[in-house]
Amino acid sequence: MESVSDTILSVEGLHAHYGKSHILHGVTFDVARGEVVSLLGRNGSGRSTTMKSIMGLVPPSEGHVRLDGVDLAGQRSFAICRRGIGYVPEEREIFLNLTVDENLEMGRQNGPDGAAKWDVDQMFTYFPRLKERRNTRAGSLSGGEQQMLTMCRSLLGNPLVMLIDEPTEGLAPKIVTVVGEVIQDINKHGVSVVLVEQKLTIAMQVSHRVCVMGHGQIVFEGTPDELNAKPEITDEWLAV
Amino acid sequence: MDQILFALLNGTIYGLLLFMVSAGLTLIFGMMGVLNFAHASFYMLGAYFAYTLQPLTGFWLAIILAPILVMGVGILVERFILRHVHEHGHAHELLVTFGLSVVIAEMIKMVYGKFAVDYRVPAELNFAAFSLSGIDYPFYRLFMGGIAVVMFIAIYLLLTKTRVGIVVRSAIYRPQMVEALGHNVPMVFMGVFGIGAALAGLAGAVAGAFYTTNPNMALELGVMVFVVVVVGGLGSMGGAMAASLLIGITNSLAVGSDFRIADLLTWIGMGGWAEEIGGLLTMRMSSLAATLPFFIMLLVLVLRPSGLMGEKE
Repeated sequence: MESVSDTILSVEGLHAHYGKSHILHGVTFDVARGEVVSLLGRNGSGRSTTMKSIMGLVPPSEGHVRLDGVDLAGQRSFAICRRGIGYVPEEREIFLNLTVDENLEMGRQNGPDGAAKWDVDQMFTYFPRLKERRNTRAGSLSGGEQQMLTMCRSLLGNPLVMLIDEPTEGLAPKIVTVVGEVIQDINKHGVSVVLVEQKLTIAMQVSHRVCVMGHGQIVFEGTPDELNAKPEITDEWLAV
Repeated sequence: MDQILFALLNGTIYGLLLFMVSAGLTLIFGMMGVLNFAHASFYMLGAYFAYTLQPLTGFWLAIILAPILVMGVGILVERFILRHVHEHGHAHELLVTFGLSVVIAEMIKMVYGKFAVDYRVPAELNFAAFSLSGIDYPFYRLFMGGIAVVMFIAIYLLLTKTRVGIVVRSAIYRPQMVEALGHNVPMVFMGVFGIGAALAGLAGAVAGAFYTTNPNMALELGVMVFVVVVVGGLGSMGGAMAASLLIGITNSLAVGSDFRIADLLTWIGMGGWAEEIGGLLTMRMSSLAATLPFFIMLLVLVLRPSGLMGEKE
């Protein structure tokens, strides 16, 4: 076991496969306590697979995922969640047959330290719209409301680290701003965040550091300012 | 009139018995998507376990312990057989559980013999609840119905008001996401399977004393509970209750009915012709009773494929 350090999440040499396709080729990056790190890159660069692999949904074929020094690679995803990693999938994956309240209940659990820092009332402060619709079936929510719900659901698990995959995809600009603000706020409350975000402006605005991915590897790591100073990286790995 | 009332009452009680067995299958097949042909074997095991325990523990303890034993069998079946087969699809599940039902039936025959055992309603429950036109109506029938109603309410509350219920209802649709939210889905499924088996075991322990406890009882009821689950709608507990009552009552009314299509045709003066033709036209409703549930299933599948109250995402 590593000594406790400022690093909360350490991903080292992560390889993953979908069937015979080799998707991740040794992804390595660290997330410090209280940090927001964005994974940037084009579609197919391996960002979402990295998230799924950390979460145990695509089991890593090689490499380590250490949370507070404890290696979680190869563990089942429910165990990884209970250790303190929350996951907000790109597909949202809310339970359409359950009400908003029941969806939130699905995510509610004490954090790894046994404490429950977040409660439903706090979630409704972030997204008052959800409170109005708490007894509604989640299947009838709009895309924006579903995104709010899926973030709140994971946050109620009191994670140490949140993996948030494409939270603003397909959302109206007004809601995009709110989602960005909420990510910053939960981060201020001590939750570290790994963010996959297509909208570069949002990612640059909320992140302490960014990792650019290409061909299943990290090809650049630095602060948003450092990335801005290297237009050749943006041109090669991010430009559409 | 009294006859119809008796038929209705008997049909309702038989329907409630069907519900007791199909409640477990609704959970297992409807919610977890596991095709368990051996479900009615749990019903039979419940009856035989209670029969075996009764002399040692008395009736009441026997009908409590038997379902617990059946739950144990169910958990073993899920953990060591079905879990490995589930990923290969329904055809594998059907074959494995069909084989299992044969193995269970043969083992019962080896231990208890081929004929019905002497499992009876205990004397303290064997009395008439009321009399109609001089015919006594056994209290035990009402007792069975009461247990089914309590079971329905308990399952309904469990599924809608508790956290476990919410997890079960969501795990069928998005098992991966449920797991990523910190729930041990295989453990939940094993628990649900165990509870489903226990419910069938309870039904067997209670009903076996009233009807007969024999090695064919699983086969007799097995197909019918599948009909109930399909007619009610996969995964719908309310649907299973509605379908059980519908089938129970239809069956019971049909058994006591001498109605023939030829009688209907007599009204329009074609009675003679119908008698001449014979066949289906002169067949009594009572002899079609066993076919009716399947006819209902056919109708439902054609008109409303998701079942009476099927839940669709």
